[in-house]
Amino acid sequence: MLEKAIILAGCAVGAGLSLIAGIGPGIGEGYAVGQACSAIGRQPECKGSVTSTMLLGCAVAETTGIYGFVTGLLLLFVAPRMFIGML
Amino acid sequence: MDVTINGARVYFEIPILGGIPITSSLVNAWVVMAVITGLCIWLTKELRVENISKKQAVAELLVNTCQNFVNGNMGERYAHFAPFIGALFSLSALCSLSSLLGAFPATSNLSTELAWALLVFGMITYTKIKTNGFGGYLKGFTEPIAVFTPFNIISELATPVSMAFRHFGNILSGGVISTLVYAALATASHALFSLLPGFLGELLGSIPFLQVGVPAVLSVYFDLFSSLMQAFIFCMLTMLYIANAAQTDEA
Repeated sequence: MLEKAIILAGCAVGAGLSLIAGIGPGIGEGYAVGQACSAIGRQPECKGSVTSTMLLGCAVAETTGIYGFVTGLLLLFVAPRMFIGML
Repeated sequence: MDVTINGARVYFEIPILGGIPITSSLVNAWVVMAVITGLCIWLTKELRVENISKKQAVAELLVNTCQNFVNGNMGERYAHFAPFIGALFSLSALCSLSSLLGAFPATSNLSTELAWALLVFGMITYTKIKTNGFGGYLKGFTEPIAVFTPFNIISELATPVSMAFRHFGNILSGGVISTLVYAALATASHALFSLLPGFLGELLGSIPFLQVGVPAVLSVYFDLFSSLMQAFIFCMLTMLYIANAAQTDEA
């Protein structure tokens, strides 16, 4: 029983910790959007291409956050059963 | 209260090759493919050169948009990629948008995106080998110096994984967050309206008033914006990678 409790607690704490990965994309995307805003402010005629490039860059910058999210999901829904099965 | 987040439901298994499960995401993907095929057949019936119908105008608009999108991002040389990119975009967008109808979107199943990403990875590798020859393809891993070979191999393999995970994670996180918000709103409205005294509080507390309206705002972001965005980005990255792979040193 204690072993199972330790496994579940570890998985839950790990899932929480893995979502710290969300900080990076947040800062990065915010910076990218800020730069895009100032670029549009300077050259409003470039709005279309700046916006689409920014969205593409944001999506790529988001990848590490998504990795963290997927890791958290695996820890919540897949890992406990797997580890308890290994006992 | 209970919050349950389920994966794709397994309807039944085909008892060959150790059992192939037929899941709701598989059924959903086939329904979307049938819808797209039917739409294409319906739109392209009775095509005329002059005096075109509204239907044909819509079809021409779609084809032109797709063609311009590909030409603008990859150049005229890759005009033959337009049907592939169009198919990928429409399949991805409609699969994700089917969550608006309450269906389990096929794109919240990693297998779907992984299949697309592996297909794209195969095309990238094919383009690279076609451009540089097999020797040149292998030699590309040792650049800029031979020590970088393991890192180059890892970054090559990371391409399909990151493409698949990005799309999958975005669509799935939308579903998970919507479920959590829905449950939280039910709890919140129960707690709020139960404060009313007597029978009225019991009655109003059992009706989740707050669930009206608020999830719709989330749905606009997660279902509409995120779905179309991810389909767009998947196609954009596909085009960029393929056009990049075809670049020779002199070009």
